[in-house]
Amino acid sequence: MKIHLSNSIWIGNIDPFINSFDTSNDKLLEITSHKKWVSVHPVVLCMITGLGLFIRRKQAELSVEKMEATSKHYFERMGFFKILGIDSGIKIKSHESAGRFIPLQLITNSQNLDDFICEMIPMLHLNPEQAEPIKYIVSELVRNVFEHASSPDGAIVCAQYYKKSNTIRIGVVDTGVGIKHTLERFYHPKDDLNALALALTPGITGTTMRIGGTEANAGAGLFFIKSLAKISRDFFMIYSGKAMYKLLKNPKNKQIKLISDPLKDHFSSETNLPFWKGTVVAIDLCLNDTLNFNELLDLIRKVYREGRKQQTKLRYKKPQFI
Amino acid sequence: MEIKLYECVGTFAENKDIAKEIRINKIIPSLESGEEVTLDFEKVKSATQSFVHALISDVIRKNGIKILDKVYFKNCNDTIKKIIEIVMEYMQNHS
Repeated sequence: MKIHLSNSIWIGNIDPFINSFDTSNDKLLEITSHKKWVSVHPVVLCMITGLGLFIRRKQAELSVEKMEATSKHYFERMGFFKILGIDSGIKIKSHESAGRFIPLQLITNSQNLDDFICEMIPMLHLNPEQAEPIKYIVSELVRNVFEHASSPDGAIVCAQYYKKSNTIRIGVVDTGVGIKHTLERFYHPKDDLNALALALTPGITGTTMRIGGTEANAGAGLFFIKSLAKISRDFFMIYSGKAMYKLLKNPKNKQIKLISDPLKDHFSSETNLPFWKGTVVAIDLCLNDTLNFNELLDLIRKVYREGRKQQTKLRYKKPQFI
Repeated sequence: MEIKLYECVGTFAENKDIAKEIRINKIIPSLESGEEVTLDFEKVKSATQSFVHALISDVIRKNGIKILDKVYFKNCNDTIKKIIEIVMEYMQNHS
């Protein structure tokens, strides 16, 4: 297997990065990178870490080419080499990470998650209103991993705050069973993209056929998170199996309306990507005044109500008069 | 019975395992013995929909919507009120 980090990989241009992933030899994973500058979304760090851990578990060989790019210190500081037990030879002056980023973390249980949520907000130096949606996103995504993914390494998480654009970028990745497998029992999705669309639809969960879920799952978490990205006119991406669904940025002059059917949103998709065993989720969230969490909840309540009515209607069996 | 959630979950109510514990060990036994239950969100600043769902959805599903006459939500801020309303609404549509 080979994966190359080009000089710029963000949600908007992540497709070629994923497409270039060569999965042909599963006895070896080679990670190479651009020689001058590598600038990546946190989700990319989570993905290559997940792959590295996966390869180690398979007792295959992991080869990370010595980084030459000026930005190599970023990978060291984010904990990429440390998690994989690689001596990068990169020397950095250690300093407080507060105010900028959350290094790579493996979150494997509920207590880890509680601790992580407590620690992460001071690390990003955000005020309580800004912190609200971020805590929400991390909690829901990581609990999804615990409940559905059967991921041996738990959830791989990291985040970065970008002061200039006042944006937080978050990645949550697992190497578990993937979304299609999770939904197979009750929904029989025809392919990976269909599985992603189901997972993003309010009221649908892998734990039951019943609309509205079980006592533990309502099937609303991913819909809430996609809605946060939509309201803040930012990217949201989910990739599992061979498919990727990407919510595209909504233009500033266009009024935002939440829609329960993800395939009616402004999105792009891929259906023949290299197979990702597990799930990759990335979100960008601009923390400006337009992101009002309470207003979002009002909109979600409305659309959740409409979406669930549609789901119920679809399942409604009419009497067959003959 | 009055349940002070801050003591169990802190300022951010997101841990569904704790929600389940509260539901099974406190809410359901109290309601079954005919007591009213007050869920006090004082000092809790936010909650996830998943937490509120894990806390009360099964109570409604098993006992029907009338059980809500015996459940009170106290000291909720606007965000928590909205999340509770979302959960209540979809549970009432499908209970």
